[in-house]
Amino acid sequence: MKIVVCVKQVPDTAARVTVINGQVSWGDSPLVINPWDEYAVEAALAQNGDVTALTLGEAGNNEALKTALAMGCNEAVIVSDPALADADSQAAARVLAAAIQKIGGVELVVFGRQAVDGDGGVTAAQTARALGWPVLSLAASVAAGDGKIKVERAVEEGRQIVEGRLPAVISVTKDIGEPRYPSFMGIRKASRAVIPAWTLADLGMSAPAPTISWPEVMNPPSREVVAEFIGGGDPKEIAAALAEKILAEKVI
Amino acid sequence: MSAKITVYIDHYKGAALPVSWEAVGAARTLAGQLGGTVTAIVVGNGVTELACTAIQYGADDAVIFDDAILTDYRAEPYAAVLAGVLWDAAIVLFPTTTRGRELAGMAAMDLESGVITDVTGLALAGDRVVATKPVYAGKLLAKVTCSATPQIVTLRGRAFARPVIDPARTGTVTAGRVAPMDAATQVTGYAEAGGGVSLTDAGVIVSGGRGVSNNPKLSPPAGLDDKQAEIWRAQQGFKLVGDLAAVLGGAVGASRAAVDAGYIPYSNQVGQTGKVVSPDLYIACGISGAIQHQAGMRTSKMIVAINKDADAPIFKLARFGVVGDLYDILPALTEAFKERLGR
Repeated sequence: MKIVVCVKQVPDTAARVTVINGQVSWGDSPLVINPWDEYAVEAALAQNGDVTALTLGEAGNNEALKTALAMGCNEAVIVSDPALADADSQAAARVLAAAIQKIGGVELVVFGRQAVDGDGGVTAAQTARALGWPVLSLAASVAAGDGKIKVERAVEEGRQIVEGRLPAVISVTKDIGEPRYPSFMGIRKASRAVIPAWTLADLGMSAPAPTISWPEVMNPPSREVVAEFIGGGDPKEIAAALAEKILAEKVI
Repeated sequence: MSAKITVYIDHYKGAALPVSWEAVGAARTLAGQLGGTVTAIVVGNGVTELACTAIQYGADDAVIFDDAILTDYRAEPYAAVLAGVLWDAAIVLFPTTTRGRELAGMAAMDLESGVITDVTGLALAGDRVVATKPVYAGKLLAKVTCSATPQIVTLRGRAFARPVIDPARTGTVTAGRVAPMDAATQVTGYAEAGGGVSLTDAGVIVSGGRGVSNNPKLSPPAGLDDKQAEIWRAQQGFKLVGDLAAVLGGAVGASRAAVDAGYIPYSNQVGQTGKVVSPDLYIACGISGAIQHQAGMRTSKMIVAINKDADAPIFKLARFGVVGDLYDILPALTEAFKERLGR
């Protein structure tokens, strides 16, 4: 079974992200594979197929793909084109769909639940729409093969069990299980890998017009609080004083 | 022509998620500013009553897609009926729920527009929406606009006020046509979560971290290895966290450290790779407050921290802090609230 896992390169979650002169900055923190996408790679590899990792990004931004290769993906492809600099999720979905068609014979496409930069969480469903395939999102478990797929979706109310036919697009949650660590051999293979870079011309398309823009990015208002420490006394006295103070602020 | 603002009412088996009503309220506000109307859309099987409730919360009218084929939520049949009804709206509001988010994304593709997800603030510049949304898990805020129509927006729960219901308010409920469809997926079962208050809707959250396993006074039952004993200790700690949450009518949260250590399921995780919450009161117990955890809870109205380490970063966000042992403080705090709230 041919599988594509879509990954994104993002600033490390430990990064202190700020706005400096209107530009988003994460200092010297590294760019890494989106943490949710590690679960997507794990879910893809667990299906025992032939797995290609796919990303959109600036040429040479291969860190996420190298992690995917080191974890065990067979191939990696980056779609890179200056015309995609302002791509929104709709544009990204249309380009990913075209790349998936070019890879050819793909039966399953796997996404993480969202990327930790834009926090959109819609690209899986949108790529499915662009492909005309069903989406089974937020999968906590996946079983795919023989033209069929069954997932347990993690929704607000618990789990919804959904079955369908392949080809299909899924997104996965952390419930899928811990992502495997890259093996030594995997890391060596990834470091030597030559990753093909496709342009929009290679996909036979022009840049989809973006409709979403971010005219302004701001640092959030700081929480201007100075903690009032409650102490002095035994736990019962401290607890009584704390309960009084919380109730006096009337937030509950 | 007056602007049509359409709101998708998300529900599970006929029970609306509260953020659906918050979206109706936000739509009403926009309609007031634009001189427009509010139409509620409800999709499912047996949803007339929900449509009437949406009108009571402030919609002018409602369109329902009521059919046996729509009994279980499935992305494609729901998206198909929505594409047929949302096209003439100026603005479409969805609640940010698992279903609302993906349906909004699919509608943006089907209608060749764009989607702005998980919005916490709405303003207008002329007839265009200027939405505010947290990005990088709340480390930054972005103003976001959509240049196409309809402008599709999903609203974060608890970010917009829930309107007051008016039981006397009435409006027209129209049934939309549901074309027969060959659905690509079937729902073959449900496993419902064990009740309780959901984290994203909770007004009060009591969260535990790695520190809940550090009670040296407890002696675990014989026969457990070190890891099992640690988890046993943590479960005793989370029981105290749960007792306090129960008295306050709240939900139980956890730090990533506690989830990764196997103390509590992932569905309880608050933070950048868990749930982003903004309750009225957030009580952090034995949580040091890593930047990824702060990203998930920093918009809470009031934060209270209980931690043994006076230098823990969580105290920088807290209105009230207690430097102490949560094993002593939590049971006493539960008792104190029980007395004062008469529960």
